[in-house]
Amino acid sequence: MPAVCIYFQVHQPYRLRRYSVFDTSASYFDEKANADICRKVAGKCYLPANQCIYDLIKLHEGRFRVAYSLTGVVLDQLQAYAPEVIESFQRLAETGCVEFLAETYYHSLAFLYSRQEFVEQVALHQEKIERLFGRRSTVFRNTELIYNNDVAKAASDMGYKAVLAEGAEHILGYRSPDYIYEAPSAPIKVLLKNFRLSDDIAFRFGNRAWAEWPLKADKFAGWINQVNGNGYTVNLFMDYETLGEHQWEDTGIFDFLYHLPAEVMRHPDNAFRTPSEVAATYPAVGQFDAPHLISWADTERDLSAWLGNAMQSNALQEVYNLEAAVKAKGDEALLHDWRRLQTSDHFYYMCTKYFADGDVHKYFNPYESPYDSYINYMNVLDNVAARAR
Amino acid sequence: MLGWEFPPYISGGLGTACYGLTRGLSGLGHRVIFVLPRGVEPTTAGFVQLMTPASLAAAAGHDPARLAELTNVELRPVPAMLMPYDRPEDFSNRAAVGLQMGAGDVETSSESTLAPKAAGTRAGVVVKEGIGAVGYGDDLFGEVGRYAGLAVQMALGESFDVIHAHDWMTFPAGIAVSTVTGKPLVVQIHSTEFDRSGENVNQRIYDIERRGIHYAQRVIAVSHLTRNILLKRYAAPPEKVEVVYNAIDRNGTGAEAPPSIRRDEKIVLFLGRITMQKGPEYFLAAAKKVLEYEKNVRFIMAGSGDLVRRSIEMAAQMGIGRKVIFTGFLRGDDVARVFKMADLYVMPSVSEPFGIAPLEALANEVPVLISKQSGVSEILTHALKVDFWDVNEMANKIIAVLRHPPLQATLREHGNFEVRRLTWRVSAQGCLDVYHQAVSAMN
Repeated sequence: MPAVCIYFQVHQPYRLRRYSVFDTSASYFDEKANADICRKVAGKCYLPANQCIYDLIKLHEGRFRVAYSLTGVVLDQLQAYAPEVIESFQRLAETGCVEFLAETYYHSLAFLYSRQEFVEQVALHQEKIERLFGRRSTVFRNTELIYNNDVAKAASDMGYKAVLAEGAEHILGYRSPDYIYEAPSAPIKVLLKNFRLSDDIAFRFGNRAWAEWPLKADKFAGWINQVNGNGYTVNLFMDYETLGEHQWEDTGIFDFLYHLPAEVMRHPDNAFRTPSEVAATYPAVGQFDAPHLISWADTERDLSAWLGNAMQSNALQEVYNLEAAVKAKGDEALLHDWRRLQTSDHFYYMCTKYFADGDVHKYFNPYESPYDSYINYMNVLDNVAARAR
Repeated sequence: MLGWEFPPYISGGLGTACYGLTRGLSGLGHRVIFVLPRGVEPTTAGFVQLMTPASLAAAAGHDPARLAELTNVELRPVPAMLMPYDRPEDFSNRAAVGLQMGAGDVETSSESTLAPKAAGTRAGVVVKEGIGAVGYGDDLFGEVGRYAGLAVQMALGESFDVIHAHDWMTFPAGIAVSTVTGKPLVVQIHSTEFDRSGENVNQRIYDIERRGIHYAQRVIAVSHLTRNILLKRYAAPPEKVEVVYNAIDRNGTGAEAPPSIRRDEKIVLFLGRITMQKGPEYFLAAAKKVLEYEKNVRFIMAGSGDLVRRSIEMAAQMGIGRKVIFTGFLRGDDVARVFKMADLYVMPSVSEPFGIAPLEALANEVPVLISKQSGVSEILTHALKVDFWDVNEMANKIIAVLRHPPLQATLREHGNFEVRRLTWRVSAQGCLDVYHQAVSAMN
């Protein structure tokens, strides 16, 4: 009797403006672009999707339940550029059927470079969630589901009951991601993404060349039913922008979402559960031992999207090198700027994997080339460094 | 193949491309009759001389090892005083010099003109003197016409399937040979009069280019940039024009040179003809900006051309004269040596139909910054790109490369890897496809 556990990731970075070596001002971010993008995504995704979820919650009288992880930086931008989206999330919170997860405020890779900064950012995030939605989280996810045993331990030390991770095959082996596991390093449960079924929706849904196109709610519910007896939960973890941005409305994605709960619940043993409910309901069947870092990015599911070349490694090193100096200055604006430069997207844009082939990295990349993004970023960082001196 | 120079006497992309394509075609097993204009030395003695391609080439100073690779290629030098990138003024200047060297040394031979294959072998033949005297009183166009006549004579004794002509000076020859033999003509545009002269085009040259484009069964452009110019300014029919990119000779560096001694000073390199088309003044303007922020860098301009003197003066006027070095034209090992020293290669071309030099730089492990107004930017992804006029952005990118070793390293590694797939074999295969189309179009 599988639970269906859906979690949506909601995030927008503060994108940088064109900043050459000759620029000296302390305004680094492209406010116009960020505002435009925020409003556009709000219109195509956040608002219609929130409405759909809300309608489903009402329709199914509380049996349809989902989780969100909203980064601090997207909440800040929504408050500034599209406050109606915040209200819509608050309405969802009030239904009692929506869970909010914890993560780093700035969607950063701080865990890899500064444990202290990592803890501070998670605390900031929790304060924000509490202020907006009146509750704290019990489940943690790290940026881009970057995970290893240490992440589990850190989350456990911070008091979280469960942590999310990618259902990486090389760690699972013959085992299924549809069970609950625990970390070898700490008393915390690990919920693993079923990447096949998640990516069917997130990536393959609108692809007419796909063997399973068109994917209807009943077909998908059938696949979920096949897990019956073979797992506790089907964890569908994906980007919220799947609904309306990655998969445009004309693919039928909203219709699919709208009919999915009914189809799933046709089978009386199925139930929608949030991550904390899943963690509370089911026992761990074994350990998920991840000594090396994994993530949910690309086919490699490792760190190569942000740390695959010398430029990325250098940029990340340099930004965290500034931590002591920035914090010593006691300048709130400087601190906030420095932190917004830690958002993982900046380094994602510098990725040279597949650059010549042109793919998903390029679609979301505001720069013409990864080299341009590195140059731009380092010019900004130089200015921040100068302010911190 | 109505081509141009052979190594080591290569003065630019045109010669490099012709040689490269010929090598590629030979490597694919096709026979190439390579016709090239070879100025007649007034001191050579003898009437008709039968020579093997090797000895012929050796006499002209060619590298025998290179020729050994060209198993399917036959050289046919034709006496004509044509040189790549010639402008009508250059030709007249050279002709004037030639007059002074003494007209009477050149012999006339009557038999050779009608029977270039006197002994029936496949040896190359030097026609000592043909119809009329070389270059006397003729202008460039006259010489081009003369060359066409000689080419026809030579072609009558050969058998081939396709004629491939490179750039305008060979077009009348290509048209003539095609008309007389009935074989299809493919013309390749390595640069147009607009690339070479901006808007001050020479009408006669333009007319010749246009006639060649319209007469030929197929036209090859070295980039989409060039193809668009052909469609827009020469009214070329789109279905006739194909794009075949150039490539480079060696992939990866050759013999390992000893690692260069670590220098404090960074070096930014400009290598190419110093002429309007290549944007030398933008290079210098960017250099000036860079030097305001980075003191420890020197700029090298390697090449010759009509703007050398102006560039030297410009550098002096900008106050950066001490930081800019003019090396003159570099050949052979000197080119490799200057690449070894360079931290960045910059090609700020105003209008570059292709631009082989950045590929050579990458093959020599030098990262490149290229103008977006170049053909090569269509196929290179691991390169920094900039609009040629955007001097600020050019300086921004140069400074970034000089300040951030990881940027330089990543560009260098990925770029070097990327050029390995750009071989002349691939380009030659592209030409073959076009040849097939041309043959079908003829029938």
